[in-house]
Amino acid sequence: MATTENIIGTLPDERGHFGPYGGLFVPETLMEPLRALRVAYHRFMADEAFLRELDEDLANYVGRPSPIYHARRWSRRLGGAQIYLKREDLNHTGAHKVNNTVGQALLARHMSKTRIIAETGAGQHGVASATVAARLGLECVVYMGAVDIARQEANVYRMRLLGAEVRAVESGSKTLKDALNEAMRDWVTNVDDTFYIIGTVAGPHPYPAMVRDFQSVIGREAREQMLRQAGRQPDALVACVGGGSNAIGLFYPYLDDRDVAIYGVEAAGDGLDTGQHAAPLCAGRPGVLHGNRTYLMEDKDGQIIETHSISAGLDYPGVGPEHAWLKDSGRANYVAVTDDEALSAFHDLTRIEGIIPALESSHALAYAAKLASTMRPDQIILVNLSGRGDKDMHTVAAREGIRI
Amino acid sequence: MSLIGERFAQLKARGKKALIPFITAGDPIPEITVDLMHDLVSAGADIIELGVPFSDPMADGPVIQRASERALEYHVGLRDVLDMVRQFRQLDVETPVVLMGYLNPIEIMGYEPFADQAADAGVSGIVVVDVPPEEGGELQQVLHARSIDQIFLLAPTSTKDRIRRICSLAGGFVYYVSVKGVTGSSHLDLQSVDDKLKEIRAETELPVGVGFGIKDAQTASAVSRMADAVVVGSALVSRVEALADEPEKIGASLREIISSLRHAIDTA
Repeated sequence: MATTENIIGTLPDERGHFGPYGGLFVPETLMEPLRALRVAYHRFMADEAFLRELDEDLANYVGRPSPIYHARRWSRRLGGAQIYLKREDLNHTGAHKVNNTVGQALLARHMSKTRIIAETGAGQHGVASATVAARLGLECVVYMGAVDIARQEANVYRMRLLGAEVRAVESGSKTLKDALNEAMRDWVTNVDDTFYIIGTVAGPHPYPAMVRDFQSVIGREAREQMLRQAGRQPDALVACVGGGSNAIGLFYPYLDDRDVAIYGVEAAGDGLDTGQHAAPLCAGRPGVLHGNRTYLMEDKDGQIIETHSISAGLDYPGVGPEHAWLKDSGRANYVAVTDDEALSAFHDLTRIEGIIPALESSHALAYAAKLASTMRPDQIILVNLSGRGDKDMHTVAAREGIRI
Repeated sequence: MSLIGERFAQLKARGKKALIPFITAGDPIPEITVDLMHDLVSAGADIIELGVPFSDPMADGPVIQRASERALEYHVGLRDVLDMVRQFRQLDVETPVVLMGYLNPIEIMGYEPFADQAADAGVSGIVVVDVPPEEGGELQQVLHARSIDQIFLLAPTSTKDRIRRICSLAGGFVYYVSVKGVTGSSHLDLQSVDDKLKEIRAETELPVGVGFGIKDAQTASAVSRMADAVVVGSALVSRVEALADEPEKIGASLREIISSLRHAIDTA
């Protein structure tokens, strides 16, 4: 381990840097709006009335705290460590994404913004944004790649039901990264009345820190729940990493517990050696995209390349800058599992525990299963079950040649 | 003094304003870019702005996005763009060439190797759209050491403090982004441009160029009365796009647009 000093509360620095990563790589037009956002964010996070409102929303609208469930039957089958699941799939809208959109939407309202924009890949963050916008009576526009719209019709319809306008993005690879570009362009054009709710711990400062802080409720709850339910903290944490917001939400409150091992699981797609994957930490290199410096999937000219994962939520060529820093510092380990391994874990959890996980979360489950078998039955792995799998019925069925 | 500085000094002595056309390198095919640069100069361009194709051009509107996509079909990378500048310099050693693009292609090449090669190719200045001065210190040092101007953007949202700070770091000229929006936006408000330019001029002696949203001769003429330079991009790139299947016609067509802009600016 490179350092044993405490990490929590030290990063990012004032300029939004996590070591060499993060920062503020945006056009000049956005510098002042980002400064205003930074100031508002710091003010409200120290404002008791704001925090009380946030806590009430998390409790009564989102349904927090989410439970922790000991997957006894699956653990026994695996024959190693005990696996506990943090049930973010039980949140309102079915995933961890809403923890962040509730927070950012409150902030938008306190900043007197009347219009919300968001980008989405699988549609989960889009749905979570449309949901909070509906509740607060704010106009909402969601940018979504044309390719993703075709493969996530149900979520597109959900967003429209909630009153959001879903705009198809036809540029570039027509997926999540292009939706982010388009949302940035909208924001540059409409900065006066518009709040951009970024769905992951990427983007320019202060987004990576702000989204982390809103998602850290996951790890804060887990620390209390594990003590109560298992009598101690886990030996290892496992979470899937696309942009990395559910992972950082679980990891962050544990960063200074040095005896807790941390594993972030990226999407290896068809396999890291095939090039058809979405694993920038495992197989990419540092660069600058979407406002921050981080590990990226890019070619020799610095062009961003298309990624592949069965899970639309992990299908992103970058990753949050704090994960890049955690990788380099050695505090967290980053691994990858393939589409096939994730699907296998998807079926196992469904059949053995009666919980249908999201394909994203299935990546974390697949790695936890591997890890468990190398550990003793008195050891504990806590997996972030970041979302439920209902949205993935069509994808899984199609993969298995079934039409539904 | 850099080529850019010299060019502005000459123009000032003659009481003229600079016309700066933008085209994307490699659009619609890499073979014609150098010829197009010469065409632009022969029709009256004072400085050439050459776009470096990037897969994720977040500050660009649809017209210039599609130009990047066309160039990327031929895998036109930063090294190819530098080769084009080098080739352009075989016939033209006076017209300043400014590269405009995003940081990642430079980042992957490395700041020092990039700056060495850019200086060697004859690049005069560079605009990196996603690098505000807060993140630009290291790049600026290596560029400065090779007499390449780093041109910073100012925007309608730039506060007085930022204008002061950016002007103190800027080289070549200051580039005012005249609209809140992406390249090719349509709603240019001349009065607010004029107001902001006065604020900017209070902070710097450097020439001030205006770009984003200048679509036709009339707007170019109006802007040239307030600014030292007029940047025209999407209007030219639209023409390139319209003629993408007949690339042999693009040169003459761009010359025609430049001549009319030149005339509008010179008679403003």
